[in-house]
Parts: sequence; C-alpha cells; structure tokens
Amino acid sequence: MAVVLEQSPAVRPRPQSRWLQAWRRYSRNYFAVAGLIWVILFLLTGIIGPWIAPYGYADTDFLNVYQGPSWQHIMGTDNLGHDMFSQILWSTRFAIEIAFGATLVSFVIGVILGLWAGLAGGITDMLIMRLVDFMYAFPSYFLNLILVVKFGRGLLPILFAIGITGWAGYARLIRSLVLSLRNSDMVEAARALGASPVHIARKYVFPNVMTNMVVALAFGIPYDLTAQAALSVVGLGPAPPMPSFGNLVANANANILGYPWLLYFPAGIFALTLLSFQFVADGLQEALNPKGGN
Amino acid sequence: MADALLTVENLAVEFQRNRDRIYAVNGVSFSIAPGEALGIVGESGSGKSVTLLSVLGLIAENGRITSGSAVFQGRDLLKLRRRELEEIRGRDIGMIFQNPMTSLNPVMRVGDQIMEVMLTHHVASPKEAYRRTIELLEEMGIPEPEVRFRNYPHEFSGGMRQRIMIAIAIACNPQLLIADEPTTALDVTVQMQILSLLRDLRQTKGMAVALITHDFGVAANFCDRLIVMYAGSVVEVASRAEFIRRPMHPYTLALKESIIEVGHRHREVRAIPGMAPVLTSPPNFCAFADRCPFAIDRCRNERPQLRSFGNGHGVACHRAEEVLELVH
Repeated sequence: MAVVLEQSPAVRPRPQSRWLQAWRRYSRNYFAVAGLIWVILFLLTGIIGPWIAPYGYADTDFLNVYQGPSWQHIMGTDNLGHDMFSQILWSTRFAIEIAFGATLVSFVIGVILGLWAGLAGGITDMLIMRLVDFMYAFPSYFLNLILVVKFGRGLLPILFAIGITGWAGYARLIRSLVLSLRNSDMVEAARALGASPVHIARKYVFPNVMTNMVVALAFGIPYDLTAQAALSVVGLGPAPPMPSFGNLVANANANILGYPWLLYFPAGIFALTLLSFQFVADGLQEALNPKGGN
Repeated sequence: MADALLTVENLAVEFQRNRDRIYAVNGVSFSIAPGEALGIVGESGSGKSVTLLSVLGLIAENGRITSGSAVFQGRDLLKLRRRELEEIRGRDIGMIFQNPMTSLNPVMRVGDQIMEVMLTHHVASPKEAYRRTIELLEEMGIPEPEVRFRNYPHEFSGGMRQRIMIAIAIACNPQLLIADEPTTALDVTVQMQILSLLRDLRQTKGMAVALITHDFGVAANFCDRLIVMYAGSVVEVASRAEFIRRPMHPYTLALKESIIEVGHRHREVRAIPGMAPVLTSPPNFCAFADRCPFAIDRCRNERPQLRSFGNGHGVACHRAEEVLELVH
C-alpha cells in the first residue's frame, strides 16, 4: 500500500526565521518600539557623548553658575558652572559601562551556578540554592556599599560590586528552566536518538532558554542602572569631577529650594531611560515567549 | 532463537520512590527477529515502556536494572558504556514516542532536526544528509519537502509531526524501530495513516518494529507476534493468529472482553474489576490473582512461570489448561 499523500495545502505557511517572527510581534507593541528608540539613543549618547559634548566634564564657568537653559548652556549650569548637558553626556557613558558590565558579571555568575545546580542536582543543587536564598535575603545595597568602600570607587570596583550582588535571580531562573527541560519529551527523544549530554545542552537546552535569558537581561539592566545611581547619591560613585546621574541628582537635591531645574534634566532623563528599558523588556518578553492570544 | 535481532533475558528493573521500592519489571524475556513486528501490550504501569527504555539505558535516575541481559547484534546493551550506547541509539535502534507535539525541538527547523541525527552518527556528509532528508520527507508523505524542510515544528499538525519523528528515527536505517505508543496522541484517522506508513517502511526496509501499545486492536492489526504484559511480567506471548484463535491467559481474555469492536454489537463490553497493582515487593505470586475469576490459593502463593503450549505460544498461568478448556 502506498503512503497516504496529503493534499498540498491551498495556503502554506511561508518559511520565516523565528527572529523575523519575533520582530513582527515586537514591532506591534508601540511602547516597546518607543522604548527601543530611546534606549538606542541612550546607547549612542554613551558611545559618542564625550565627542559631541560642548564642554569638558570638568570645565567650570564661575561667571555663569545656576543658569537656566539658554543657547549657551541648553540645559543650564550647576553651582560650579558645569554645563549640565555635557555632564549628562558624560554620565551616560559611565551609566552604560556600569549597567552593562555589572549585568554581564551577574549574568555569567548566575548562568554558571544555575546550570550547575540544575544539572548536578542533589547536594550541589541544595548548597547553591541556599546561597541564592542568602543573596536574596541579604540587602544588596548594603553589600554594594561595603564592597565599594573596601575596594575603591573606580569603574571596575563599582562594576563588580554591583555584579556580584545581583546574580541570584539569574541563577534561580536558569535552574528552573534547566529542570523543566531536563525531563521534557524533547530531551528524552533526543537522548533516544543518540544525542550526547553536551550536544543536548548546546542544541536543545541553550537555544530554548536563550529567549528567557534575553528577557531576564533586559529586566536586569535598569536594575543595575538604579543600583549604580544609588551608590553615587551617597557619594560612592565616580570621584568628582567625573559626573554620574547619582551625583547630579544628589547635587540638585542640595539646591532644590533655590534652583529646582537642576533636578529636572538629569532625573527626567534617568527616569525616562529606566522606563524605556522596562518597555523594551516587556516587549521582548511578549515577542520571544508568546503565550498565545492576540 | 539463535538468529534473533534483540534477545532480552530475565530483565528486572526497580525504581526507588521515596521510601518504597517499586518492582517495575520482573524477569522479562523475549526476542525480536529481524524484520519482525512485535507488539507489546499492557495497561499503563504494566512495565511495557520501561522494559524497552531500560534496554536503551533511558530510564530515569531513580531506576535501576537489577538483573538480565539484552543482546543486540551480539553485544549486551546493558553492559555497554554510555558512549557506546549513544552510538547505537538512533543509528541501529530508532525510537519514536507518544507525544509528537512536544518531542521536537521548537527552535530548530524540522529539516535540520532530521539531518542532525545523520550528522551526529556520521552516516552521511552534510550534502548527502540534505538530499536524504528531502527523500525522507517525501517518503513520509509530506508535500513540498523542500519548502517544509525550512518550517518549524509549530507549523505542522500532530500527525505531520509524528511523521517527522519517524523520519528522524529511521534516517540512519536502523534494524529495529521502537515505537512507544506512537498513535496514542493522534486521532483515529491519523492513527491509521501512521500505522500504514510504519507497515510500508517495515516492508520496504525490512526493519523490525517493536510496537508498545495499550490498544489491543492496534497491536493485533499491526504485529506478527504479541506479548501481553501485566505488572512487569510477561503473561502471554503468541503469534497474532494464535492470539485471535485461542487466547489463554485470564488477563488476555479479560482484555479482549473489555474492548469495543466493530461487528460485535451484541457482545457485552466488560471492564476488568479493580486496578493494576503497583508492586512494592517482588512478586512471588500471580499479580493478576486479585482480579482473576479463575484464581485459586496457589495463584496467591506461587508465581506462575511462562509455559509453552506449542506454536511459540507461551502462557504464565497455573490454570492455563483449565481456562483453555472452559473458554474454547
């Protein structure tokens, strides 16, 4: 008997890469697109900011302190005559370096420990997860403060201080994903067809958790941005005269009664950035892990 | 049988569940000849899947093979190292599963998944593997194979996905295909399509098929020889003709009474009372005794061994002769 041939369908699905499909879902979310545009601007500013800044970050103009916005200083000047626009451009670079660097550090630690816990199981799993619980329970801001005080306030110490306090969430996420995949039909089928554990990890586990990781990263970046700003507010950011969003806000705060506009630009831009990252993360979540509907 | 493809002898598998030890497979022996279709029939939990999964080293971590051997092409699979077993899985022994909806990798194009198994086992160069994948898709009755090669699993229906699973399982031309409830998740018409596809493959490629199923009708339809399992033991083994003509074990009889068949309109459908047991001690009694209308004291005290009744018909029942007389 011949194999039953099915009719060619009248409408056949056009092969389309999953990334293209994801982008189509993403682009339907206007908030996510707006957020993405702002995030890209923010990143570009971080990269080319120092070249387009009209003034150096340490340039002071004592004849023009506490200025409101003008053609000369489009975002005004502060108590020492620093040009606010230039200060924000320089802050952006620092914020990006810290946020991406620290997130990467947390992510790497989290992925390694999460994979280890999920794959090894047993007592190893138990110990790693108790460590995760400890990191969750311990106030990370306090730990950041201790580490920065101990190791200095340069780029790398701050980056690592934030990085090594923020990995617990990633570890927990990766572990749970690994556990659910390990017992999946798909992995069982792959094993039955002779795939080695390394092959399964590379071709089955990793690509299937990757979208979740991208989303976790997108949510992690604004968190680390905030952590960095919080350190600067109490004076543990980069050393003056190097500006950062935290410094700018703290300084504005000190002058808030007489010169409130000092707060508007740095705080506003910072808040918009956090919001944009949040929108991007939400958009990615929806685009990469669609839960039906729509 | 000297010329058997796979000979399983006295296989026993235990699982540790919390404090309990579950005796899932208790001294199962059977063999599959080259090109033969063997049906393994039993309820959920009768140990039919575990038997074949343990032969391939695929049982869960809390499971342990406590005795037995499984000789495939002169090598005992139970004694092989992990790497050696991985080489055999997918190349010499293919396997398809119950749930085609979740058994494919959702982030990989189906064509790549079929190619992958050939590349993993180094049976073809990438170019040959591609050509063969297109051929396989065509053989599976999937229209426009070049286009479908590039689709993802979610763009296929359940029946189509099972065809793709079959294509993956037979890509390396295995001598044995283990089909673990391949049609259970599919609707009845698709079920028939998949079974006739498997039948064609068996004829054209001379591949032996071990069909694990709870559906007596499917097994009787597809297989040359059937094994009935209950609580981790083989209770009856016979050719299809023997099974239809004179089933002997009370469990087999009860199983046949409990299915609805076309043309048996006036026959009563009778369910088997009680539930299949989960053995927490090694069976030194007949596990079916509690549900068996023929049970006597001996059944509760002594484990029946598989006895031969000629024509390759084996039954594990103390009262097989009396049952045979009573029923036929």
